[in-house]
Amino acid sequence: MSFAQFEKSTGLRRFATANLFRRILGPVSIFLALTPSVIGGQTPAPPGPRFVVVLDAAHGGDDTGGHSGNWTEKAFTLALSVRLRSLLQARGIEVVTTREQDETLAAEQRDAISNHAQAQACLSLHASLSGSGVHLFVSSLAPVQAARFVPWKTAQATAVARSLGLAGVLNSALGQAGLNVTLGRTALPVVDSMTCPAVAVEVAPDPSSGETATESLNDAGYQAKVAEALAGALLEWRQNGLSESVHEVSRKGAHAP
Amino acid sequence: MIPRYQTVLFFVLLAASIIMGAVLWQLRDRAEQRRLEAQASSPTQAPQVAPAVQATLLVANDADDSMQERIFSLPLPSSAGARARAILGKLLDLYAAPGATHPVEGGASAITQVFLMPVNASGTGGARRRGAASAAAAPEMAVVNLTSAFAASHPSGIETESLTVLSICATLHANLPQVTEVRFLVDGQQRETLAGHADLTRTYLTAEAAPAAVGAAP
Repeated sequence: MSFAQFEKSTGLRRFATANLFRRILGPVSIFLALTPSVIGGQTPAPPGPRFVVVLDAAHGGDDTGGHSGNWTEKAFTLALSVRLRSLLQARGIEVVTTREQDETLAAEQRDAISNHAQAQACLSLHASLSGSGVHLFVSSLAPVQAARFVPWKTAQATAVARSLGLAGVLNSALGQAGLNVTLGRTALPVVDSMTCPAVAVEVAPDPSSGETATESLNDAGYQAKVAEALAGALLEWRQNGLSESVHEVSRKGAHAP
Repeated sequence: MIPRYQTVLFFVLLAASIIMGAVLWQLRDRAEQRRLEAQASSPTQAPQVAPAVQATLLVANDADDSMQERIFSLPLPSSAGARARAILGKLLDLYAAPGATHPVEGGASAITQVFLMPVNASGTGGARRRGAASAAAAPEMAVVNLTSAFAASHPSGIETESLTVLSICATLHANLPQVTEVRFLVDGQQRETLAGHADLTRTYLTAEAAPAAVGAAP
């Protein structure tokens, strides 16, 4: 809000007769612009909805996760996280990653990063040499109503319903990309403490490639296919969230006196 | 007069006979010990062949993240704890067999013991536990003690680890309906995860491990 707009909205033009007054109120107007509801009694339009995605590359440092020969789960998840982050940022989505290098992170640190980001979607990235396709897991916690304080270890219970919705969108996008998808519920300490809609994505070998498990997971084309599908799903999730928030605002507007 | 060499020879022979006597005494003691040990370990009762009964195993399948019910006829002991261990041993034998749908090394020897204890209804979530108890019998918690070798050799992954844990829980519930909760130990100690993913610090409710809960679309 400019100074002129501020003057107009608050009626200060009537009293603003000197540049001195302008100089004095200049910095004050900036402060008041930040707290707009104080003056005039009018509520300005809310800022545009912020859409943040947290990418948690599982394992790292001393914790290699699954491994076979030269292949390690920690390296795979980091590579997928970097690839997905680039795709999302290119689509204008704000991304927070729990790690950008090969470092050891405790589950509590990962959860602290994701909960602090107040994200609209959190993906915990994993890989496995067993099974096939992409496995999506949502917390097995029973859903509960959101409260001001929630237990750390079961914080995800307040977001399970939205997590199931996110898993549905991911499932649809991965399926459309021709990937074999399985859905399940499980108890994962990292996911169970997240307050955002969270899904654990486990990438397993592509059964149609005819390669060995490690060859399939090392295949850059397969990784790109999975990352593209995930990015597309998150874009759709953002659209869904935006339309929901628009409906919410219009509904509130309709009920306003 | 006795010659000096004869005196020396006499004492040498005397010493040799004393030593030989001591050695013989020791050998006799050892032989007696062995005989007593053999008596103690010999069977005092003819072994009983337990009658074969039907056991339901929930066998995991990595291909579609599901569990399939399979019925086997097994000779099972009468004690509930030993019975649980025998059934889970059979389940893990299936996983260790070549061509298994859920390949995991270890077999029956991966389970050291299964302890059964009454559920403490006054604890956290007591009401929920009581509600989960479908059987008329008092609800029990099974504590499954796995070997560290099994955990170390278990394939790493959310799906494979979850299937192992859930198939154990579901199999216990199918054969011992009074078991409503399951906890896991590894070499008698609590462990964070099975092989990096599945949470072993929590208490699993067997009702939630039913086949419908696994692989179900959200």
